[in-house]
Amino acid sequence: MSSQDIPEENLPAEQDRPHGAAARPADETNPFADPGLPPHEPRVQDVDERAAKRSERTVALLFTLSMLATIAFIAAFVAIDVDKSVYIFPLGHISALNFALGMTLGVALFAIGAGAVHWARTLMSDEEVADERHPIEASPEVRAKVHADFKQGAKESVIGRRKLIRNTMLGALTLVPLSGVVLLRDLGPLPGTKLRHTLWSKGKLLVNMNTNEPLRPSDVAVGSLTFAMPEGLEEHDEDFQNEIAKAALMIIRLEPDSIKDKRELEWSHEGIVAYSKICTHVGCPISLYEQQTHHALCPCHQSTFDLADGARVIFGPAGHALPQLRIGVNDEGYLEALGDFEEPVGPAYWERG
Amino acid sequence: MSTAANEPSRSRGKAPAGERVADWADGRLGIYSLAKANMRKIFPDHWSFMLGEVCLYSFIIIILTGVYLTLFFHPSMAEVEYHGSYVPLQGQMMSEAYASTLDISFDVRGGLLIRQIHHWAALIFLAGMFVHMMRVFFTGAFRKPREVNWLFGFLLLVLGMFTGFTGYSLPDDLLSGTGIRFMEGAILSVPIVGTYISFFLFGGEFPGHDFVSRFYSIHILLLPGIMLGLLVGHLILVFYHKHTQFAGPGKTNKNVVGMPLLPVYTAKAGGFFFLVFGVISVVSAIATINPIWAIGPYRPDQVSTGAQPDWYMGFSEGLIRVMPGWEINAWGHTLVLGVFVPLLIFPLVLAAIAVYPFIESWVTGDKREHHILDRPRNAPTRTAFGVAWLTVYFVLLIGGGNDLWATHFHLSINAITWFVRIAFFVGPVVAFIATKRICLGLQRRDKDKVLHGRESGIIKRLPHGEFIEVHEPLSQEQLHTLTAHEQYQPAEIGPTVDENGVERKVSGTQKLRAKLSESYYGEESQIPKPTVEEYKEITSGHGHH
Repeated sequence: MSSQDIPEENLPAEQDRPHGAAARPADETNPFADPGLPPHEPRVQDVDERAAKRSERTVALLFTLSMLATIAFIAAFVAIDVDKSVYIFPLGHISALNFALGMTLGVALFAIGAGAVHWARTLMSDEEVADERHPIEASPEVRAKVHADFKQGAKESVIGRRKLIRNTMLGALTLVPLSGVVLLRDLGPLPGTKLRHTLWSKGKLLVNMNTNEPLRPSDVAVGSLTFAMPEGLEEHDEDFQNEIAKAALMIIRLEPDSIKDKRELEWSHEGIVAYSKICTHVGCPISLYEQQTHHALCPCHQSTFDLADGARVIFGPAGHALPQLRIGVNDEGYLEALGDFEEPVGPAYWERG
Repeated sequence: MSTAANEPSRSRGKAPAGERVADWADGRLGIYSLAKANMRKIFPDHWSFMLGEVCLYSFIIIILTGVYLTLFFHPSMAEVEYHGSYVPLQGQMMSEAYASTLDISFDVRGGLLIRQIHHWAALIFLAGMFVHMMRVFFTGAFRKPREVNWLFGFLLLVLGMFTGFTGYSLPDDLLSGTGIRFMEGAILSVPIVGTYISFFLFGGEFPGHDFVSRFYSIHILLLPGIMLGLLVGHLILVFYHKHTQFAGPGKTNKNVVGMPLLPVYTAKAGGFFFLVFGVISVVSAIATINPIWAIGPYRPDQVSTGAQPDWYMGFSEGLIRVMPGWEINAWGHTLVLGVFVPLLIFPLVLAAIAVYPFIESWVTGDKREHHILDRPRNAPTRTAFGVAWLTVYFVLLIGGGNDLWATHFHLSINAITWFVRIAFFVGPVVAFIATKRICLGLQRRDKDKVLHGRESGIIKRLPHGEFIEVHEPLSQEQLHTLTAHEQYQPAEIGPTVDENGVERKVSGTQKLRAKLSESYYGEESQIPKPTVEEYKEITSGHGHH
């Protein structure tokens, strides 16, 4: 990997010399030679005191403007109600306080910056100066001294001779971070089979998410999309978010003879099918349904599922079909689950199988 | 003896107060030696050198506003019923994190402004780092001795992305929660340990009750702490190496030409901080960013259409959207290639640009310091690689916004996805070839300009009737600037058999390196720059052409 296998000739030679004048430094006929820094050209402020005064006034004006803007900021903070909205073209109705505070703060800050830059550009010296660079590398003497010092230090520590000390120290230093790793264990429980189970079980009613009422077959019209959750799940529940993240359902009604998949038909009731709402790609809730084609689309990454054909993937990055929930009707005529999902809902994972 | 000891202190006593304070500090901190080296330090001037400053200042703004936000934000996922002043959400269940973000936006005076400055500054910080990195890349400023600083900058960009991601996830709104869900799905795809990582990160099943408070400490302490350290190191190295400069009259590899830190650069750079802060304030006054009240609190069973991450995460979104949904099921396990492959390519895309400087220095074998910047055209292969990388990046950005491209330009989402799938592979190749050719064309033009002068646009008719265009010769400054760049010769392995017929062993890496060197510096890859002899021959002969 070193450069030894490549001769030095392939590197340009003239880097550190005045360019183009490598061979003949005094050659004034070299048209490409570095002519050196161009002479400084005075600005109008350097020669005309009136122009300089004008610049001074401009800078002072900007700094004064900043002071006024800060006073305006404080006034706006005190005077404008936090919930007052104002119409400003072309922004529309926006928060009056946010607009006033932002504009005054912006002006107060910008004016300081503009003043400082104008001051630097017009009144401070603009003569370019050259500074020398020195190699970053240390001189050979320093290098030799450091290496010798290190060797002496290492020798005095006897680490090279007392191998037992060295090896046990390395062992101890390797092991001690393990305590830190072990401490992380209680960050969370082990997965177990938690991802395989949802709140659904035999006999659980399908509750309409919008009305919070159990669904009857007659509530689900052909072509409509209804979102459902298991009965007994309440928004105020401690684990509501975790449970709904797995149990959310999409209910649609198809003409039974338009269902292409045999198992889908078996698990449906009068053409009503229930699919997991959680996309099998990375878990977004699927919420777009196209009733003509029976396609459901995930708005996050556009995975598209054919709900009339076992919810198989017809486009997009999802890897497998949406899990279907087997449903039926109980004695009172309400839709009910006939068990939990037979496969895990949501994104695939190593243990999913 | 006592008078002699008192004398210097008495003379110091007469000194102005500022000097006395400085003397006091010098006696304890040794500030004078530091100031001697740095107070009049020279900084070269070029507009592109301000890009790094934009990053520095937006970082400071983010820290200032971020500290303010911590005073009001409650990093808790406890579910509460909202009773604040934003009427449409009153009575809704939401996490405390979301409720306190609503309070910052509607009840704390100026809270909305600071929140918006914080978020806008974060977007500008990352955009600034990205463009700054491109500036450093295309001008070759990463070469020795600045490779370590290149890595510092790269780490700042990557950590900035994750700080941004953890930051916009804190309000626990519907949009950011969807992003977290995406992250969880991606983690689940990791073979063997994915499920465990997910359970440890979320304290159980998604979304759980922990991720906001955990992200909070990552967002406000862990990542910014590391970034602050890297940033200080980055700046120390900029001071230590001294700034690079473009070639020009009086500028050599051994000097640095510009204005001193005190006063000009202090005023310009200090003033620029206020300009950046002022502009971000005005933007935050007129342009709403992340209106979490319009999106609603997070529910894992709800989503809005057109969901997009912040721009700097867009390319990872593109990867996940266009990857085909491959899954391998075997022996009771699932390998989720459709998600895991994008998760692997994500760091590889970033690493490709990060390791480039080391590849180039290996190919050139150049161990010298470089302080004169390259013009991108004079390093065609590097420039072409950079453009190819940008092509991949922007193709993935298109993929990440495929739904928005479809709705805004009335295109088929399937067609866009397929375009991105193909362009991911073809685009960089085409960009590489095209860029290299453009660079070589520009090199030829520079050569013509040096040898034949500038086209003046003046047409002259000669006595015998011929029309010619008058070419004005360039000044010596221009001639020098256009011929100042170095040109490498391709490295050659040389004869593998010496005069005695003994074969020399050539390793595979040597062959690869010679090949790369040929593709970098061979005849196809650079136009030999004009020589003095060529110039003299042309200019001494006839004054035109």
